[in-house]
Amino acid sequence: MSAYLISGGTLADNTQKDILIVDEVISEIATKVVSASAASAVVIDARDCIVLPGLVDLHTHLREPGREDSETVASGSRAAARGGFTAVSAMANTFPVADTAGVVEQVYRLGQATGLCDVFPIGAVTQGLLGKQLAELGAMASSAARVRVFSDDGNCVSDAMVMRRALEYVKQFSGVIAQHAQDPTLTVDAQMNEGVISSRLGLKGWPAVAEEAIIARDILLADHVQSRLHICHLTTAGGVEIVRWAKARGINVTAEVTPHHLLLTDDLATSYDPVFKVNPPLRTLKDVMALREGLADGTIDIVATDHAPHPTESKECEWQSAAFGMIGLESALSVVQQTMVDSSLMTWEQVVDRMSVAPARIGGYSNQGQGIRVGAAANITIVNSKKKWRVDKDLVASRSRNTPFHGMELPGVVICTMLRGKITFDGQMRAVNG
Amino acid sequence: MKHLLSIEDLSYEEALSILDTAHEMARVSDGPVKKLPTLRGRTIVNLFLEDSTRTRISFEAAAKRLSADVINFAAKGSSVSKGESLKDTAQTLQAMGTDAVIIRHSASGSAHWLAHSPWMNGSVINAGDGTHEHPTQALLDAFTIRKHLCGGAGDLGGMNVGIVGDVLHSRVARSNVLLLSKLGANVVLIAPPTLLPVGVESWPATVSYDFNREIPKLDALMMLRVQQERMNDYFFPTSREYAQYFGLNRDRLTLLKQNSIIMHPGPMNRGLEITAECADSARSVIVEQVKNGVSVRMAVLYLLLAGSSEIASAVNAEVNA
Repeated sequence: MSAYLISGGTLADNTQKDILIVDEVISEIATKVVSASAASAVVIDARDCIVLPGLVDLHTHLREPGREDSETVASGSRAAARGGFTAVSAMANTFPVADTAGVVEQVYRLGQATGLCDVFPIGAVTQGLLGKQLAELGAMASSAARVRVFSDDGNCVSDAMVMRRALEYVKQFSGVIAQHAQDPTLTVDAQMNEGVISSRLGLKGWPAVAEEAIIARDILLADHVQSRLHICHLTTAGGVEIVRWAKARGINVTAEVTPHHLLLTDDLATSYDPVFKVNPPLRTLKDVMALREGLADGTIDIVATDHAPHPTESKECEWQSAAFGMIGLESALSVVQQTMVDSSLMTWEQVVDRMSVAPARIGGYSNQGQGIRVGAAANITIVNSKKKWRVDKDLVASRSRNTPFHGMELPGVVICTMLRGKITFDGQMRAVNG
Repeated sequence: MKHLLSIEDLSYEEALSILDTAHEMARVSDGPVKKLPTLRGRTIVNLFLEDSTRTRISFEAAAKRLSADVINFAAKGSSVSKGESLKDTAQTLQAMGTDAVIIRHSASGSAHWLAHSPWMNGSVINAGDGTHEHPTQALLDAFTIRKHLCGGAGDLGGMNVGIVGDVLHSRVARSNVLLLSKLGANVVLIAPPTLLPVGVESWPATVSYDFNREIPKLDALMMLRVQQERMNDYFFPTSREYAQYFGLNRDRLTLLKQNSIIMHPGPMNRGLEITAECADSARSVIVEQVKNGVSVRMAVLYLLLAGSSEIASAVNAEVNA
């Protein structure tokens, strides 16, 4: 038997409780734990800390197989554990593409072998992410990886008929299509948000409508075929409005926002530093404010990192040649604390919903996102919300260094992450006795 | 000033100082010995990673008239246009002891990127970066306007300048809007809405879709090159229709004020944005723009590399020698 006693921490509901973990499960939550196993438990001092259920990321690029120079399942899992995540969802745009049962099972097993967080593979919607032929969605769903989320992320499923069929087809195993909403004809060679800044910089614009038109279309399609749609990385004020409208109509749509779109704006491109180049692009302050409001009122269901590692040479070049994407697993919770909690837009209980409960529900990850309650799997993140840290690209656990937050001081230091009663990240944890 | 990357970075005083210095440099070019010893022993690299003949030659002539050693580095094709190679190129040039790099590149921001990279200590001069800026073109345009319409001194206060055509893809237009307005001119952009960027309303210029209405007000008319391949991207229906609404032709020429000048950064599409008779008319200063380009580029190289030594006396010493 292994036992941990998390002592003196504050739960998301702002009550101070001790938490006893025996083996893989939370066995007691009380002001003063009485169980006999507490005596022999390893004590984790959580004073000054918030104790959250393990975070769940619905949008992660782990790059394995194929681009192990930028990330592997193992290194991405380390980054996840360090950021307080106990589950990640590996996007399908690997080499080869995760469009067969074989590839998703490989990724799933690599995750299990690493053992630092649950790795749930996302299957491609179409073969090779090409948007033409459906991939073998059923085979991936019934594989050992039990895939339920399908996405061509990186590419948009732009053909309306292909999207319709995908939405219909996944109903048989309660799947969901996670759409990367980007009309390709409106974004040929697009480099950054289209607006005042792009007009000045001479970088080809990426209009908000390219995203919003697909969101609107797919919401109507999902309604028509009565299926489930998830919108990846929403970035525009208009997109938030459309999703709000859809939810008011009872349409089965969920949406995510990334930490970087909650904090950063398109004027960062004036540095021409490709670390700020991302797909979809950073937008304006007006969009950022609408995203925060949408996340707070539940229009946007979850925060997802879109952790996108790239090797140095893909970013150490002029903007136009650089790769799109930013890493984000290790800074996600801190950015959410700064933009949403410290700004009083959201409570910690809402953070638990947006970063743990809701993403697990959308992904169908039944052993994740269960909250801090007796009998739940002991997936736990302990964060010192009063401490600050400075992001340093040279000190990340990820294999890549493309963090747009380098040099920024952010609140919230993850001191311990636990997956089913096993410590996966140990920051400044101090064992008081035992 | 260490670099010349964009007009946005230039102050009013710096812009005027370049034009005034160019005025002195023009005297060198008009003299019997077209050469100053100022940059003797300095190495300048023409790094042209995108096709350009006239701008490269202009910079080369400017550098040589200042007695600098000029190395031409021209490369087309995919491997050099990629960033990793640009980094390697920068390191190579740095290792060779280059004092200044003049860069032309298809990527917007490449000059800025090179200047701010840790691999380059020398001066960087932007000779056109993607669809961003082309600052020396704007400076030579301002110099030309000033010479013809403002007595060759001071700023461009009150001048009305029309820039016509593909503003969206034009680095010349971006630099000119910033510089001409900085120097007091009123700039009007005349183009179909498809060839104006979203966000143009934030620029220090007004916008018009009606060429004929604007022409009579203009002191200087700047025609931009329209690339034929734009037609395939739905920017306008046919080249015929474009020429009809936004081309400079004989009829429009008659609408121009008496002393107004016609400009074009080149190379021209005769018959598309400008007819031959307009390009070759007495109003046209297009060939003179090329000449002024050398003086302006001499001024830029001089100010960046020779520092603040008194230019007028240096020129006098040479011209009177």
